[in-house]
Amino acid sequence: MSRAVVFGGAYAIAFFSFLFGPLIIMVITAFNSSKFPRIVPWDCFTTGWFAELFGNQRLMEGLLNSVIIGVGVVALAVPIGLAGALALSELPSKLRAMLYTVLILPILIPGVVLGISTIVLWGQISRGLGGAVQAGMYNGYFLTIVGQITFVSAYAMLVFIARLQRFDATQTEAALDLGATPGQAFRKILLPFMAPAIGSAAFITLLASFENYNTTVFTVLSESTFTTALASKVRHGTDPSLSALAVIIITITLVGALTNEAVQRRKEAELGGKASRSPLYANPLTRALTHPGVVFAILVAIVATVSYVGSKHDSSVCEAAILQDKLDRQAELRAAQKAKIEAQEVEQGITVPKPEGGFGGAFGGLGGAAPVAPAAPKPEGGFGGAFGGIAPPAPSE
Amino acid sequence: MPETSPVSSPDRSVLLDHVSIRFGNFTAVDNANLKINSGEFFSFLGPSGCGKTTLLRCISGFSEPTEGRVLIGAKDMKGVGPNKRPTALIFQHLALFPLMSVADNIAFPLEVRGVGKKMRRKRAEDLLDMIALPGIGDKKVSELSGGQKQRVAIARALAVEPDILLLDEPLSALDLKLRQHMRTELRAIQQQVGVTFIYITHDQGEALTMSDRVAVMSKGVIEQVGAPDQIYNRPRSSFVASFVGENNALKGIVKVQSEDMAALETPMGTFEARVGGGRKYKPGDEALLFVRPEQLVPGKAENAFQATLSRQEFEGATNHVFARAGDTDLRISMVNGGLAGSVGSTGDTMSLGFAPMNATILPVGQIASEA
Repeated sequence: MSRAVVFGGAYAIAFFSFLFGPLIIMVITAFNSSKFPRIVPWDCFTTGWFAELFGNQRLMEGLLNSVIIGVGVVALAVPIGLAGALALSELPSKLRAMLYTVLILPILIPGVVLGISTIVLWGQISRGLGGAVQAGMYNGYFLTIVGQITFVSAYAMLVFIARLQRFDATQTEAALDLGATPGQAFRKILLPFMAPAIGSAAFITLLASFENYNTTVFTVLSESTFTTALASKVRHGTDPSLSALAVIIITITLVGALTNEAVQRRKEAELGGKASRSPLYANPLTRALTHPGVVFAILVAIVATVSYVGSKHDSSVCEAAILQDKLDRQAELRAAQKAKIEAQEVEQGITVPKPEGGFGGAFGGLGGAAPVAPAAPKPEGGFGGAFGGIAPPAPSE
Repeated sequence: MPETSPVSSPDRSVLLDHVSIRFGNFTAVDNANLKINSGEFFSFLGPSGCGKTTLLRCISGFSEPTEGRVLIGAKDMKGVGPNKRPTALIFQHLALFPLMSVADNIAFPLEVRGVGKKMRRKRAEDLLDMIALPGIGDKKVSELSGGQKQRVAIARALAVEPDILLLDEPLSALDLKLRQHMRTELRAIQQQVGVTFIYITHDQGEALTMSDRVAVMSKGVIEQVGAPDQIYNRPRSSFVASFVGENNALKGIVKVQSEDMAALETPMGTFEARVGGGRKYKPGDEALLFVRPEQLVPGKAENAFQATLSRQEFEGATNHVFARAGDTDLRISMVNGGLAGSVGSTGDTMSLGFAPMNATILPVGQIASEA
């Protein structure tokens, strides 16, 4: 009995640390001033990585592009998905099974293939049309929206099919029988029924568009979305500003999840008739406090306050001290090595060409992790790779 | 209009003019030809799959007849969609709109016709008064009981005063008590609003108690149309005789027919009975004699025969007695005669008889199986 409890507890702990361990570590690294994301050794508490993140031009431009593309994809993929689901539900079952497979296919095809084929197809079409049409068509925004829609609308369709299966077709018949036109029956009966699915489909398509890399990296051409900008940044080495980004995303998710929970609980309580009996809902103050809108506002206020306080935090003194510490230590090492080399020279009577930044890889060990190669051409200064290899300004395209 | 009725009320009749409905090779409705009068409570009665719902959908406009015409108020309904017909259908599962309040449900037909919000609310409240559920307009549909939903569905269907109200087994989902209550209520509402009711059911109790006339259907064919007592007492086919109410069927050979009476020779003896459906038999024709359980009377001299009592089911007011005569099982219903009225015990021989006028000779045909 108790052994089972112990085992169960241990398993739960292991399970949750596996799930959330990386997230927790990443969140902590976002506040360490060390230029490589790490927890130990702890340098200084800083909020500077958030500033660095927001100061990254390329990421911020990518974010704006992602929003534009995301909105475009949602606006087109949701109606297309709904139309596809409705068409499927009207078909005889044999044809439906076949068409279902065809419509689902874009999800199964690798995104890379979709991306390349999108450029090829629309490149041909736009060249054929030429002129202003070509310019309007053959650009990163249009191609990415078109390319993402090919598979994102299939996601939306799946959501709608699931909801439609629970729709009672006699509802539409009843509406028609009561004098509604087919359009009115659609707007007043089917659409309100589909509303929750439309909401979740919009959310899913937005996420799918936002996080897509495989297709987007081709179709976006010379532009970049948040995801592709992030990927190219990571390619040049990671730094804690990405941890800062993770903190922001986790925060948004938590606020959203808690608000959603508040909405669900309230709905459940009201539907189940618990609301009328519960003292929580009888008291006007607690009733207002548990309202999803208020919960959301409180959460946003907390986040805003923390962000404001955080933005006022200045870690420059501590960081300067750490830097000084490192400089001192380096000078020390350098002096020690110099002494060593001199001793060797004296001993052997040979002159070794002295590398400029012999301690390049000594600290962070990311950028210059290669063993000290005397002949290797060094970037300016011995600290080039020392601090975790912050990406040099991305090569312009 | 030169109508026969004194008040010039709208023509709310339905004429099925040789209507057949086929799906591929399957004939769902075969040559239905009848007129439902203005203001009548008319029922289609038949087992499931007999084509009654198909016929109803055809009247309401969800499907077109393969052959023949549907006329409502003497107007041909060909090509007229369900939203343009003066009919309202009450679905088997009511199809109330769960996302709308009760008042919005009732006012939906007005809303789609562009009636203003205030007017709609007013009409919804009037209708709620009519169905004796005032003040529930703001409730959700899910908060209503089965009987309330039923009445709300009727109110919604009547909101724009249709000429014809079609009801597709609307009581089948209710429990017995409520069903019996709603029968009375439906009939009362029908008489109040004067709309033609076309009622679909497989429950003969519903059909017989509520209707002015009943059409009994089997396998797409309308077997008989008539008032409930005619259907019960003067069945025109073996299907009607066996489907509507309990009946004992005795197989035999016609010996002689004179006008509407005939003698039938059965293994249990030769019986005289009325000829159903105005048919003519030659001596030697096979036929069935139907006699109701309550028409078999112990000790009656006419058409007398001997039977052995095999089982009794006592049900308060009536006593269901099962007896065997030759190789035929019989069912006899007796009014409980109190302490004095003992029938006997199992294995006793009893003498039974029935009046020739209360038994019907019909051609051998389809027998409705027990449900």
